[in-house]
Amino acid sequence: MKISLPVENHQPLAALQGFLKSLLEKNIVDVILTPMRTPSGSVTPALVSDAVLLNQADPLAPVLAVNAATWAGKVSLREPRPRLAAVLRSCEARALVELTKMAQASLEDLLIVAIDCAGTYTPSTYLRKQTQSKLPLWIDLYAAVRQQSEIVNADLRLACQICEQPVYENAPIRVRLLESDLEQTIWIEAQDEIAEKLGWQGTATNGRSPLIDAYIASRTQARDRAFAEIRTRLEGEEGISVVFAACIRCHNCMTVCPICYCKTCVFKSHVFDHEPMKYLEWARQKGAQRMPPDTMLFHLTRQNHMALSCVGCGMCTDACPSELPVGLVFRAVADRLQQTFEYLPGRNLEEPLPLVTFKADEWTEVGE
Amino acid sequence: MTETTEFEPKIIAFLCNWCTYTGADLAGTSRLQYPPNVRIIRLMCSGAVDPMYVLKADLAGADGILIGGCHPGDCHYQEGNYKARRRVIALKEILKSAGFDEDRIWLRWISASEGARFAETVREMTEAMRAKGPNPMKTMWAV
Repeated sequence: MKISLPVENHQPLAALQGFLKSLLEKNIVDVILTPMRTPSGSVTPALVSDAVLLNQADPLAPVLAVNAATWAGKVSLREPRPRLAAVLRSCEARALVELTKMAQASLEDLLIVAIDCAGTYTPSTYLRKQTQSKLPLWIDLYAAVRQQSEIVNADLRLACQICEQPVYENAPIRVRLLESDLEQTIWIEAQDEIAEKLGWQGTATNGRSPLIDAYIASRTQARDRAFAEIRTRLEGEEGISVVFAACIRCHNCMTVCPICYCKTCVFKSHVFDHEPMKYLEWARQKGAQRMPPDTMLFHLTRQNHMALSCVGCGMCTDACPSELPVGLVFRAVADRLQQTFEYLPGRNLEEPLPLVTFKADEWTEVGE
Repeated sequence: MTETTEFEPKIIAFLCNWCTYTGADLAGTSRLQYPPNVRIIRLMCSGAVDPMYVLKADLAGADGILIGGCHPGDCHYQEGNYKARRRVIALKEILKSAGFDEDRIWLRWISASEGARFAETVREMTEAMRAKGPNPMKTMWAV
């Protein structure tokens, strides 16, 4: 069922805050995970129990500081747990579904409130631009989608510039921002059971607007251009070892990845504690050994572990101090891998992770 | 460090205990001749081959990596080889996307009674890797 949430005084944010408050006030959830504005002006996910504080909620702010799926996972993981509503962008919602498959989150008592996304900035870019701007930064971004204007915004996070999944359609609650004239109204849809608890008198939900199809098409083109560029580098003269040559092995990409699933990373485990003579052996094998060793092994193992579930949120790129295109390489690899296994991460909780399942009669030529 | 002799490929083989390793054993007890280029590591199941082992061998400069398991349907742990098959397909796709030569990695089903098939596979792979030449990783110290 969907309703049109009226926007008063051209303040869609207040309308959205009001909707979130109703989830607490009607006792639908105990607590809400939502982007919140801090006194410094930065925006960060926070777990809010006091409806009054939701006056500082800002899901419209175009910034992605962390992928909040990680934290939705921590709050939902095991019983006893609170009834949680998590306001998530598409990449966060898809990461949360993957985490659930990996038994590192639970959707049992968790309502995903999926908000359509028109792209985000890094926290520092966001703060700089917002300080210089009189109007909230989201206005231009959402308006551009509605006007179908081809704006190339190179300040957006690269992951967002090439994101072809700006809406998440499998959520129990969806805030259809991209289809709403935010000056007037916000379309929200919810599963009937939730709509009933909210006391909605709504109408039946409708399909996706052609506006969004056009938006997705233009982002898909940008994505394919970026893929072609990075694949030329990876498969040409350079190769991945040149592309990643400046890696300093800080492991930031691993730390910020919402779905890097091991509780203890093997690269931080005793497996990689070596005896002194082992290093000599390696130095002798190739005449020299890069220190720290196993940098390429780290990246390829991470791809091997994560690429099938990679949702393309790009946190890894933002976190890389060497400004390596970690996320783009990941996505380019993931794209082919996901096609091979006909798997789209986050699409559906019922679809098993490709590497924990199999069919007896597939790839029968392999091994013969 | 300088190689004056003719290039001899070095193949690292990860073999499952129940089928391919026993097949290799049969090749030996049957006195079948095959090239000495293979270094065998026995695991309990092809499903126990962590792709990281394969990557490590490749990055260290192994010229070929052979993964041997039971024929589909014959896994002693029911489904380990089916899962190994998916892992190998994923790994090769990743290597290809990263610009590596994924044809240095072979997966073969060889049963305990197929000593001759094991010997033939090692012969075939040794020649294929000889034709490719040394793994360029052998001299790449900065990876």
